[in-house]
Amino acid sequence: MPSPDTTGGVRILTGDTSFTYGTEPVLRSVSITVEPGEIVGILGPNGSGKTTLLKIISGVVKGYEGSVTVDGREVRDIGPRELARSVAVVPQETETGLPFTATEVVLMGRHAHMKGLAFESERDVEIAKTALERTGASHLASRNIQRLSSGERQRVIFARALAQEPGAILLDEPTSFLDIRYQVEIYDLVRQLASEQGISALTALHDLNLAAEYCDRIYLLKEGRVFAEGATDDVLTYVNLTTVFESDVYVDTNDLTGKLLVIPLSHRAKEKLKREKREPIR
Amino acid sequence: MSHEHLTSGRVLTRTTILAVVLLACLILAGSVGAVRVPVLNLLGLGESLDGEDRLLFLRILFEVRLPRVLLAAILGGALTVAGIVFQALLRNPLADPYILGVSGGASLGGVTALLLGLGAGTGLVSQFGVPGFAFLGALLSLILIERIASHDGRFTVHTILLTGVIFNAFCAALIFFIQSIASLEQLHAIVFYLMGQVPDDLGYLSIGGFALVSTAVAISLFAMARDYNAMAMGEEGAIQVGVDIERIKRRTFFLGSLLTGMAVSVAGLIGFVGLVVPHLLRIILGPDHRLLIPTGFIGGAVFLVLADLLARTLAAPNEIPVGVVTALVGGPFFLYLLRSKGRDYAFS
Repeated sequence: MPSPDTTGGVRILTGDTSFTYGTEPVLRSVSITVEPGEIVGILGPNGSGKTTLLKIISGVVKGYEGSVTVDGREVRDIGPRELARSVAVVPQETETGLPFTATEVVLMGRHAHMKGLAFESERDVEIAKTALERTGASHLASRNIQRLSSGERQRVIFARALAQEPGAILLDEPTSFLDIRYQVEIYDLVRQLASEQGISALTALHDLNLAAEYCDRIYLLKEGRVFAEGATDDVLTYVNLTTVFESDVYVDTNDLTGKLLVIPLSHRAKEKLKREKREPIR
Repeated sequence: MSHEHLTSGRVLTRTTILAVVLLACLILAGSVGAVRVPVLNLLGLGESLDGEDRLLFLRILFEVRLPRVLLAAILGGALTVAGIVFQALLRNPLADPYILGVSGGASLGGVTALLLGLGAGTGLVSQFGVPGFAFLGALLSLILIERIASHDGRFTVHTILLTGVIFNAFCAALIFFIQSIASLEQLHAIVFYLMGQVPDDLGYLSIGGFALVSTAVAISLFAMARDYNAMAMGEEGAIQVGVDIERIKRRTFFLGSLLTGMAVSVAGLIGFVGLVVPHLLRIILGPDHRLLIPTGFIGGAVFLVLADLLARTLAAPNEIPVGVVTALVGGPFFLYLLRSKGRDYAFS
């Protein structure tokens, strides 16, 4: 495998980042690093602070304590235009308030590169076209964004992120509403971006098996703190997962990939496990 | 990729077409009235007129008709642009120029001036008393609403909306109170003022000033058109593609309120212009604000010039308040649009 070209990526660093919502602490002293070319996962139960962390890095949530830097610069000192040129976001869901075409939506990704009243240049349109091709959405170019299925829409939103020509891409559970085909397509593309362009990717996700397959490293959050961090195989362990998610799982090894295979246990499955006196780890 | 995204050429041609339509409407509205003025002949087209007739027609045109027609045009443009940007700001298709409260303050100011007798008689006070008080009311309420709705220097859309609605209701209560203590004659003036009317006694200087400021404000709002497009995909989405959301929201509130405040000061509450025209244009031309704002400025002018023409000719020699005409025409038309193809073109 050729060594990844990491010139296109930017490093994301948070140091002792804390955030309080009203009087409710959401993040407590969270320190993470994402290097160019890396796919880093943030896992944790609902309310553990994953989304807040991503929103702080993308400049949506302000007023954090500690330090958050992109390419060595403090996020609170970077204007929204400049930040959008180095960090792009693929959210879980996107509002589609007006019937823009998919191409128009992707061109919105050029916003931070354009000046004043300017209309999109040939180059902007070319970049949008390429982005739609990369996410396999060229055939949707002239379709109304409001009429697309969630899977199709997410490809367009991903293309919008690519059109920003970012050095880092933040993904907030981007495949939660998608079927398995779209899930792997989206993350295969993330991997491709990381290894070919050196883009750094930080993704929140719930699907532990996707995390095991795609993430280079993982931060496991619990109640706003980093509970465990490190290489994916070291973090996704039976003990860590059951502790953080407060739920029983059955852990196996995927004999195709050698990666971890995690299966949530229903009440019935737990009973069976107990009855047959089996270990929850194979 | 012609229909996949907007080009500057498309904006230019659509705006030019509408400008030609507006010119035709101005000529029509200048011609029709108690006396038919042959505007085309005056412009040197068709048969020429003899000297005396020519002079008389020119006087009617320039002293009576044109000021009002031009004013209607500017009012229509200003209200439509205010409607477009408030709809973008609130991401709500039902937003109109009057929703954020400034109109309440302006009409309260105007009604107060009428109660004090500042609208009667002749001279500077009668000409500027009502609009002056109304504009003062608009500015004061603008500052007040901004203060109430800001929190830690941030401006949440729900808070502005609620503050505006409550502020309007509060002003309406005060206006009811004033109506209850006004004389019968004052009451008549107040009722007509509130219904919305294009005045025919405003001088060219005032009209010119209003036109200049409205155009400047509309251009400043046009400069934020791409930001409004991005905001249609949600506030967070807009930030993530690089929109300076707090700045855009604040500027939009101020500039849109300025347009509204000026319009209400001059003409009272002319409804439906700022609601119907933006929707109509969205259905015909699509959602891009770079196209909507310039065509809205001109399209709104067309709409109100025609509505005002109806207002002064339908029941001649009596006048119907133009606000009644816009509501009577605009209401059913709006419902028709909504039922036929409007669903796609509303913020959902």
